[in-house]
Amino acid sequence: MNERRDPPPTDEQRARGRRNVAIALTLAAFVLLVFVITLVRLKEQVAVDMMTLPT
Amino acid sequence: MTDTLATPRARPSDWRDYFALMKPRVMSLVVFTAWTGLAAAPAAPNPLLAAAVILAIAVGAGAAGALNMAYDADIDAVMRRTCARPVPAGLVSRDEAATFGLVMSLFSVMTLGLAANALAAGLLAFTIFFYAVVYSMWLKRATPHNIVVGGLAGALPPAIAWAAATGTLGLDPLLLVLIIFMWTPPHFWALALYKAPDYEKAGVPMLPNVKGAKATRTQILIYSAILAPLGVAPAVTGLGGWLYAATSAGAGGVFLLLALRVARSRAGEAGETAADAADLYEVRKGDKAARDLFAFSILYLFLVFAALLAEHGFGLYAATPFGGGA
Repeated sequence: MNERRDPPPTDEQRARGRRNVAIALTLAAFVLLVFVITLVRLKEQVAVDMMTLPT
Repeated sequence: MTDTLATPRARPSDWRDYFALMKPRVMSLVVFTAWTGLAAAPAAPNPLLAAAVILAIAVGAGAAGALNMAYDADIDAVMRRTCARPVPAGLVSRDEAATFGLVMSLFSVMTLGLAANALAAGLLAFTIFFYAVVYSMWLKRATPHNIVVGGLAGALPPAIAWAAATGTLGLDPLLLVLIIFMWTPPHFWALALYKAPDYEKAGVPMLPNVKGAKATRTQILIYSAILAPLGVAPAVTGLGGWLYAATSAGAGGVFLLLALRVARSRAGEAGETAADAADLYEVRKGDKAARDLFAFSILYLFLVFAALLAEHGFGLYAATPFGGGA
């Protein structure tokens, strides 16, 4: 069988790979941040609603 | 933006180059003043939301820095102090820096809107626009008073944080903005006095190049004479207590004395050797008074805001007879 081997990555390709990982981590952190902010704000609003409910 | 400064990359860029685009030193000052604004505000947000607010303001400031570096790459390439920045060094292209700045601007404004309110998010968007467009694209190359008006962008973070905590603005956050606004000209003009040839080489109309060293020294003294009493004003409104009153009065006095020394010196006259030095604090003998004021101005802002932070963030507030309780 004729085995094809990719040439080793250049410095630029390795750097691009690292940048891609950094972008992915940043996006994941942003999604997590939005999730946490939403949870906290919902919790605050629920607490306000509970206090203003007619008894 | 066209990539007119396209140079062969010295090495492949990595995340550190993008972080450098965000002007980390400016960002740290923004974080500090915003944190103080948040702590001094009468309403305390949830700690997680407070952290998100500070993060959003910091990233917004960094985004404005990246947009500034994208636009000013031609100037930065000429000046010794800035030629190693990622764009002039050929590590990040202008288009990449501009895109990064725009994306980060959107993220930061959206996050602040979600974590706080529309007023804070709107103020952050205005700050980014003011720094990137009004200051960088217009004022910086057009008038020697560029940093007077442009200083508003750097002055707004405590008000943004205050608005994030309370949903409103008032006299106290505006006083904090005014202090940084009046601090900016003497701070930058002190630096410009001994770096004037560097700015002149880049074609940036800083006050010493346009009006001369003597006029700059006089302007420094005028702004310092306004800043010193203004710095004490929060103790009168009740925002600052005894610790703040003593710190701002003492530091303001030293600031004014150093400005007087600059006014009486010959700082900024024929400072050729200083411009050749990449170090911010390296000066020829005649410029030492300007260098000392520049160095102390950084300490001044730190001390004044640290006193406020200590009072409101760490329970050291004790009201003065002039102001009410905070």
